[in-house]
Amino acid sequence: MPKGEVDTGLVVRLDELREKHGDSVRIEEIQDVVESILATMGGDLSASDIELFNEVEALARFIHTAKADIASLRPDEVKDEYLPAAADELDAIVAATADATNVIMDAAEVIDGVMGDVSPEIAEKLMEATTNIYEACGFQDITGQRITKVVKALQHIEEKIDGLVTAFGSEIEKIKKDAPKKTENDGPISDEDLLEGPQLAGEANTQDDIDALLASFD
Amino acid sequence: MTGIQLLRAVRSDDALKHLPFVMITAESKSENVIAAKEAGVSNYIVKPFNAATLKGKLVSVLGEF
Repeated sequence: MPKGEVDTGLVVRLDELREKHGDSVRIEEIQDVVESILATMGGDLSASDIELFNEVEALARFIHTAKADIASLRPDEVKDEYLPAAADELDAIVAATADATNVIMDAAEVIDGVMGDVSPEIAEKLMEATTNIYEACGFQDITGQRITKVVKALQHIEEKIDGLVTAFGSEIEKIKKDAPKKTENDGPISDEDLLEGPQLAGEANTQDDIDALLASFD
Repeated sequence: MTGIQLLRAVRSDDALKHLPFVMITAESKSENVIAAKEAGVSNYIVKPFNAATLKGKLVSVLGEF
């Protein structure tokens, strides 16, 4: 309906109300009058329709806010940076513990090898000690299995976050544009910032690489 | 304060500037090594390291001292 025009249904309903109640309406009759007018507005729009509309509008606002909040958590960063880094670190743990376990077991085998060169009493003690070492090395198998479970959990989380990133792509792009990622130069350096931890094998320079680099200055 | 900042402070102090300075760090990127060298580091050991590497570097640095 063009702005300024009065709905003909509303005019008819107002005339009926004027005929029924006169120009003045008692307070207890106001609700009936208002509901009658609302029933006219936009065709069949009733008070309950308006209430429903308000509820839906409030729900829409809530969903919009929730989407913005979720997007501001930057699930894309979690998916692209933190989860792969966590999986790489866990892989590095498995590799490091496997290497260390092999070294320990090799050393225990050396001890086993010299048992024939010592007295039976000492050989027995050495045997007991190396047996304990072999048993303790079982930790590597257990930790490996537990870490595999964690990696699977991370993969599951990654799939879910992937869905979030797809669903909230436009909101995330807006957040990225409005609030660029902080750089290392932002704010004071904390102790945590300084604790980089060991580099991953595939990404790190070895000591030989570093020695060569230092030698290039001489 | 980072290790590089400490190194620069040591090298800018007349009483300390000739002190041997070995960095033991997880930062193994070339730019970190170059920055340390330019700041005057005596040697640079990257983690994880073993006892033989540590001993060798310290002996080398102390030999030059």
